[in-house]
Amino acid sequence: MANIIEMPKLSDTMTDGTVVSWLKKEGDVVESGDILAEIETDKATQELECFDEGTILKIYVQASGKAPCGHPLCAIGEKGEDPPKVEEPVAKPEAEKENKGQEEAKAIQAKAKSKTTKSPPAKNPVQAVNSKQRSFASPLARKIADEKGIPLEAIKGSGPSGRIVQADVIAASQAGIKGIPAASVPLEEKITPVSTIREVIARRLLESKTQVPHFYLEKEVDASPLLKTRVALNEKLKKLGQSIKLTVNDYILKASAEALRTVPAMNSSWEGENIRQHGSVHLSFGVALEDGLVTPVIRDAEKKDLVTISREARELIDKARSKKLTPEEMSGSTFTVTNLGMYGINSFYGIINTPNAGILSVGGTFKKPIVDENDNIIIGNRMSVGISGDHRVVDGAVGALFLQALAENLENPAIMMV
Amino acid sequence: MAIITYRDAINQAMAEEIARDSDVFIMGEEVAQYKGAYKVTRGLLEKFGPERIIDAPISEAGFCGLGVGAAMMGLRPVVEFMFWSFCYVAFDQVINNAANIRYMSGGLINIPIVFRGPGNGGTNVGATHSHTPENFVANTPGLKVVCPSTPYDAKGLLKSAIRDNDPVFVMENTLLYGNQGEVPEDDYVIPLGVAEVKKEGSDISLVAHGRCAILCLEAAEVLATEHGINAEVVDLRSIRPLDEETILQSVKKTNRAVLVEENKPFCGVGSQICSIIQEKAFDYLDAPIKRVSSIDAPQIYSMPLEQEQIPNIERIIDTVLEIA
Repeated sequence: MANIIEMPKLSDTMTDGTVVSWLKKEGDVVESGDILAEIETDKATQELECFDEGTILKIYVQASGKAPCGHPLCAIGEKGEDPPKVEEPVAKPEAEKENKGQEEAKAIQAKAKSKTTKSPPAKNPVQAVNSKQRSFASPLARKIADEKGIPLEAIKGSGPSGRIVQADVIAASQAGIKGIPAASVPLEEKITPVSTIREVIARRLLESKTQVPHFYLEKEVDASPLLKTRVALNEKLKKLGQSIKLTVNDYILKASAEALRTVPAMNSSWEGENIRQHGSVHLSFGVALEDGLVTPVIRDAEKKDLVTISREARELIDKARSKKLTPEEMSGSTFTVTNLGMYGINSFYGIINTPNAGILSVGGTFKKPIVDENDNIIIGNRMSVGISGDHRVVDGAVGALFLQALAENLENPAIMMV
Repeated sequence: MAIITYRDAINQAMAEEIARDSDVFIMGEEVAQYKGAYKVTRGLLEKFGPERIIDAPISEAGFCGLGVGAAMMGLRPVVEFMFWSFCYVAFDQVINNAANIRYMSGGLINIPIVFRGPGNGGTNVGATHSHTPENFVANTPGLKVVCPSTPYDAKGLLKSAIRDNDPVFVMENTLLYGNQGEVPEDDYVIPLGVAEVKKEGSDISLVAHGRCAILCLEAAEVLATEHGINAEVVDLRSIRPLDEETILQSVKKTNRAVLVEENKPFCGVGSQICSIIQEKAFDYLDAPIKRVSSIDAPQIYSMPLEQEQIPNIERIIDTVLEIA
């Protein structure tokens, strides 16, 4: 008997997967532990390991083919054996979800129909909008339509004398919202199952915010030198034919690593009995994804120059966005940087990414009137940096020293070159 | 629990209250020696004697006035009408005096009287013997009126009526007298003004009283099995005081209502309920409120025609299908 290898369910939220590539082909002899294929899920690309021995008799889903969880991918058996016949995979998730919503409407409609002997059947619940037409609707239908923001003129009634009843409004809201002017499209109530990544974020941050005594400090720094240096360096890199382009964030990462070298106490962790001051800076930074947030780690950041940090950060961001970060690349941080400057945020305070002793929060750079050393009001480029510190590990003074060191680095980018 | 008839349930209620309270007595045409035109007072004369079970002359105006006077003096008369149709002879006593004495006396004089008897059509007794005057009574401030549909309700409501300090009109139904049902042997009362959901449902509310509540229960079964409609049946039990809350709750749940009663439609009980629903549950209505009542004409003597005149299961079902 041939064994069928099915599309594995690699996460709680996975409904289907794509075969990225087959590493074995039909006729290949495989044994337990061999990697058969690469499977892409909603989160990452993972390897499909073989737990059987034998010959691959048949591959049912070709490379780049999509199949629901549980659908046969290949058959492994004795050489020469006939593979079991399998139907084509049906990619179903979206269609299925849609049906579910409509089924409810249909059920209500069916109920209305089965009970209504004298009324015409409801065909298309949404028709062209004609604002001059008087629509007859039951008070309940009127109320629900109003709540859902659906103009009655857009609904065809299935009740007695063509009256719009509750079932018609519900059917219209589920089936034909497109026929309705955008201005009146209502906010839709939506239930999203908590994804694994969301669940991890929820658990870890709740833990941190409830168990770690956060304190908060904020400092405004002069970003002009940094902006100037960045432009100059990027021009230079371009001339050198380097594809790399330094970002403000790269400077902040480098400046943070340097500041942690100056104030190593900030690079510590609470371990209950002990406080551990780490021997190197493993610098993690937040990357926003569509469905959550990940924090990849740049190892030994204090030993790396700006260009190396920039390159590694770029790689990690790309991996994060294509969901290819390995667990190792996301663990073992000693300090975290989070930056909402690109969203136009002035300043904010992050929740500590335990077991770090602190998290640096970086706002955007804004032009502001400032008073210079000669008491003249000039236009300054100001950036706000904040730190949330674990008060069990460090006190406000340590946090302040850290922000001071950071500000010095950011305001004198040249010293980071040494 | 004992299974007894609606007739015996009323008999038990009166017997228990006469035994419980020495102020209670029964008066009416042929209630004693003849045991009642419909044998509702059977055995009571033998048990309680002619001082408590009193045969009255054929003069409703006379013995109803006597009853109101006795109630003014503190007794608790239970006055039987052979038919409620005959109360019209005593309109001044029952609708005018009984209703207004407490108010006119500045609250000094209560009228703890019960008027009871069958008030229904459908028995081929002609236009002058088939009235259902619960709407007249309910239209009169100062009067209370109940229309029990089951033996259990009949006994519980009649006992409440006898103990109540205001005039309470109990309207029975000759077609229900023989119906059987479970009735506890223990003393119990059903408070006035409390409706009962006799059958839970989700698609439409059938609101009825008296025998029409029984018809609604039968119609609900047909609606469920043949039309897939899950009807809720609300039995008002009391017309006044009226249990608005139960009616509104039911309509808010089902979004549709059919009001069923044997009254003639014009200014019937259903008119009042219709007004209450549209006023207090307007935004819950998914269809117009419909009414099933007797057809608006003097009671027809022809038996087959009369069966079509009063509400019947077919008419209830047809009306439900118009809006559900």
